[in-house]
Amino acid sequence: MKFAYYPGCSLRGTGRAYEESLLAVFRALDIELEELDDWNCCGATTYMSVDELTSYALAGRNLALAERKRQDIVAPCAACYLVLNKTQHYMEDYPEIKLTVTRALAAIGLTYDNHVRVRHPLDILLNDVGLKAIAAKVKRPLKGLKVAPYYGCQIVRPYSTFDDQRNPTSMDRLLEACGAKMVHYSLKTRCCGGSQKGTLPEIGLDLIHYLLSEAHKYGAEAIATVCPLCQFNLESFQKESGDRHHPISIPVVYFSQLLALALGAPANKIGLQRSLVPIGSVLAEKEIAYA
Amino acid sequence: MELKRTVKFEADRDPEFARWISHTVGGERIRHCLQCGLCSGSCPLSLYMDYTPRRLMHLSREGFKEEVLGSTSIWLCTACYACMVECPKNINITHLMYALKQRAITEHFYPKRFPIPVMARQFGLMVRGAGRITESRLIVRVFLRTAFWRLLGMSALGMKLFRTGRMPLLREKIERRKEMATLLDSVTATKRELAL
Amino acid sequence: MRDLHGWPDPGPIRIGVYVCHCGANIAGTVDVRAISEYAASLPGVAVSRDYKYMCSDPGQALIKDDIASHDLNRVVVASCSPLLHELTFRRALNAAGINPFFLQMVNIREHVSWVHLDKRAATEKTQALIRAAVRRVSLHKPLQKRRVPINPNVLVVGGGIAGIHAALTLADAGKQVHLVEREPTIGGHMAMFDKTFPTLDCAACILTPKMTAVGSHPNIALRTYSEVVQVDGYIGNYKVKIKRKPRYIIDELCLGCQECIAACVYKEGKAPDEFNLGLSKRKPVYLPFPQAVPQKVVIDPETCIEFKSGKCKKTCIEACGERKAIDFKQKETFEEIEVGAIILATGFKTFAPVRNPNCGYGRYQNVYTSLEVERLINASGPTSGEVVLRDGKRPHSVGIIHCVGSRDANTNRWCSKVCCMYSLKLAHLVKERTGAEVFNFYIDMRTPGKGYEEFYDRLLDEGVHFVRGRVAEVSDWAVHPSEEGKLVIRAEDTLAGFVRRIPVDMVILSVGLEPQADAQDVRRLFNISCSSEGWFLERHPKLAPVSTFTEGVFIAGACQGPKDIPESVAQAGAAAAEALALIDAQFVEMEPYTASVLEEECSGCKSCIPLCPYQAIAFLEDKKKASVNEVLCKGCGTCVAGCPSGSIQQNFFEDEEIFAEIEGVLSYA
Repeated sequence: MKFAYYPGCSLRGTGRAYEESLLAVFRALDIELEELDDWNCCGATTYMSVDELTSYALAGRNLALAERKRQDIVAPCAACYLVLNKTQHYMEDYPEIKLTVTRALAAIGLTYDNHVRVRHPLDILLNDVGLKAIAAKVKRPLKGLKVAPYYGCQIVRPYSTFDDQRNPTSMDRLLEACGAKMVHYSLKTRCCGGSQKGTLPEIGLDLIHYLLSEAHKYGAEAIATVCPLCQFNLESFQKESGDRHHPISIPVVYFSQLLALALGAPANKIGLQRSLVPIGSVLAEKEIAYA
Repeated sequence: MELKRTVKFEADRDPEFARWISHTVGGERIRHCLQCGLCSGSCPLSLYMDYTPRRLMHLSREGFKEEVLGSTSIWLCTACYACMVECPKNINITHLMYALKQRAITEHFYPKRFPIPVMARQFGLMVRGAGRITESRLIVRVFLRTAFWRLLGMSALGMKLFRTGRMPLLREKIERRKEMATLLDSVTATKRELAL
Repeated sequence: MRDLHGWPDPGPIRIGVYVCHCGANIAGTVDVRAISEYAASLPGVAVSRDYKYMCSDPGQALIKDDIASHDLNRVVVASCSPLLHELTFRRALNAAGINPFFLQMVNIREHVSWVHLDKRAATEKTQALIRAAVRRVSLHKPLQKRRVPINPNVLVVGGGIAGIHAALTLADAGKQVHLVEREPTIGGHMAMFDKTFPTLDCAACILTPKMTAVGSHPNIALRTYSEVVQVDGYIGNYKVKIKRKPRYIIDELCLGCQECIAACVYKEGKAPDEFNLGLSKRKPVYLPFPQAVPQKVVIDPETCIEFKSGKCKKTCIEACGERKAIDFKQKETFEEIEVGAIILATGFKTFAPVRNPNCGYGRYQNVYTSLEVERLINASGPTSGEVVLRDGKRPHSVGIIHCVGSRDANTNRWCSKVCCMYSLKLAHLVKERTGAEVFNFYIDMRTPGKGYEEFYDRLLDEGVHFVRGRVAEVSDWAVHPSEEGKLVIRAEDTLAGFVRRIPVDMVILSVGLEPQADAQDVRRLFNISCSSEGWFLERHPKLAPVSTFTEGVFIAGACQGPKDIPESVAQAGAAAAEALALIDAQFVEMEPYTASVLEEECSGCKSCIPLCPYQAIAFLEDKKKASVNEVLCKGCGTCVAGCPSGSIQQNFFEDEEIFAEIEGVLSYA
């Protein structure tokens, strides 16, 4: 199994732990990743607000680069995953978009003929590797660690290619295979506010608070996320949200970090030291050693 | 007691705007909207909006441009797609919100120092120049142009991120940077040609 | 002007060609005047006209007058599909004294004007089709329709209110009716309701007299716990095979005393009670509901110990005593009946709300479907008429959500028609029984029937909250302290213009109506069609709602589309009337499109015999030739195509007639 790896800008910044742990997971499972050569920013949701055609062209360049090597893309960042998928769909549905992107790509010597599949790590882990194979490789079972799975918006809506839109369970099943106990709460696909915390802080805080308090209410010891912005939002403003509502402190990690932990990756490859709300004490309590 | 007269005459409508929203990408089915309100009901931001998504759809298709482009709704939308997934008429509401955002930015329909269009512009400049975004630099640029004093408030968080290795200061860039400008200029040219 | 190649000398043939405008339907695309002029130039055409509406009286008069005055002996009508008016024009020919099969229809509406936009191309195509028809019609033979007697018995499939009403109407008219019902009792969905809108009549009170009438009517042979498994034949002459599932009770001996149920080794029911939608439990031997017709118990082999282990004490047999009505060895039996007409009244099923995860059904225990709440409200239901939550407590607040599984591109696009009314009914009954605060969440209030708007008016007076807004989610997530421990309904109150969160104890989902799960299997069995949504297809949505494209098979009730009880009964009466019209004619005229073997050319190879789907071909041993039974032959043409020596011909579709059409199309330079 070999894929073109598209990290996206966030995984080099705030989402560094996501990249580290994901690479460790894929290594442990013998999945080969080749970073997409000279990949560019996908535009995320921001560019779409400015000029959608440019957004498709930006994403198109990455699709074309992957197509040159006839590789499928794995895009861990939820926004990148959505933008790449959206570009593919819109190019097929709207001739004017296809024309614009094709011309723009031609101007830089590239072509794209819709031969690339854009996949999410959860999809590959669940459907290509399989739960059985993953469970067999678990070295540090998560011993019933109570995890609240938080999917957010962009990997389930609108293109849920590998999971149910309203009640996704891919992350649940993966983490359960590693020995975690999933916490069921009704907000697992409710928007965290995205970039609104930066632009309209009070609203951003409210949305973040709802998610934190509901996960906490149902006894979660940690929240597992799939998106760098969700992870950032949920872990960085727990004090601020506490000032406005009531204090909650709960570690927020990437699902790949828990997976890397379970698969026995070395401590410096899991990125847990990068968390702003450390999970160390929770793991210690559960006697999950990872040093 | 302040009284306001709110009758709307046909002259208050902008037929071009109404036509535009029905023909723009994503607006194909806007005339099918039954005004059921499911979009507003699913939207996690609707409680803060002056016009809920449902009202905005109707105002748009009727051509009440001022109300629509001047609303807070289009800026509050986080593009979570909850409305689109639920809509019983399969109307591409999220995409229309994007279209309205784009139009509002193009026509400068937003308050001064409003962070969202500033963020969008800085994002665009950074992508054009470097091909990738360096988060820390972007945040700084945006805050400097909008509410620079908030940077001070963010400094504690910034330090934490720096210490945990999550805030690289070096500029992220691609090798074939010149391709970015070529790519983007080609899009601009095609848009002009197709009058999109 | 195009040259006509190889056109034979028409001889004594004199053809009249009539081109219909069909208003603007045809004339809007095809240049009908030009066609009429073109037709006049063809060999053999004595008269050629165009007219606005050929099917109308003056249109038909044109044909009849021309036949007389111009001595016509063949007629070509270029208009709509023959399905609509071939009969009309054939009758006109007959009235004018010439054989009705000397007519050839050309379809220039469904096949030309309705499917092409290019007017020039459409007109050219029409010219080709006219040439084909003109050449063909010269070769038509004078055929005669066959008359086949009609069996006066009727089969009604489905014992709900529609089936019951149709059966009673036909039985009262003196016909023998076979009523087949898949459940152990008749009654259908109506038997599950408590009250019916808008009169709030008790459902059982108005239904059970009809059920009893069915059970005791001398002209109705009631087969419950039975299904149709095979249908053969054609209009007036259907052979139907019915499978009777074993009740393990001897029907004639069971008195319905229910002693066996009381004596059953199970002290309490353990299996989910289907009639109560799983809200209560039943024993393996049971009566579906107290007013079941027939009043006979049923034993369920899936849950009965005797079937699973063979070692039950069988206290039921003991309790039955001298009547000896229980027979564990009973097998399924098959019965063949012969009928002339069939009425399908198989009803509907409700939308399964698990398909709509946001409404919380299955996730939160106090979310119910409307049908489940009907059972709660019903005095003989699982809670003896108490509307209570799963823990037995009375709800203080109830939310009724309209349009669950209706008017939704993600589930079912259609409006299920009855839900607004039954939601109002439930609002009234729930409020009456519990005193709770009731909220109805709707998009439009659809109350079009007689007395329906007045019923809405009555509800408006009763203090129910009406919130116009499609519900986005039902959740246990509490934001406000008043929401703790409740189910929160989030919706935009579109009339007020803001989002509301309303905490309730109980949520009722007004689920929509859908075709039955096996609708496709049933329709194949009876050789009818379904619409794209899965409802049985009527012949014409406005003018023929209860007949189908298969003659002799009628549909009635919700199987044709969502509808309420008055409409179901009306359709049942209509279907019964049309069945009676068919039967009382005593004969049906069959089209003469039958196949026949040209004896001199038949080589006796027997290839045709297994090809016939109607087993209409016999092999005459003495002559060593095949022979087609005209009465059984349906004119499908399979044997004609399959015969290796081409020695089977079909009336009206003879080789030379078909070749003439092809040559007509191709005959230009």
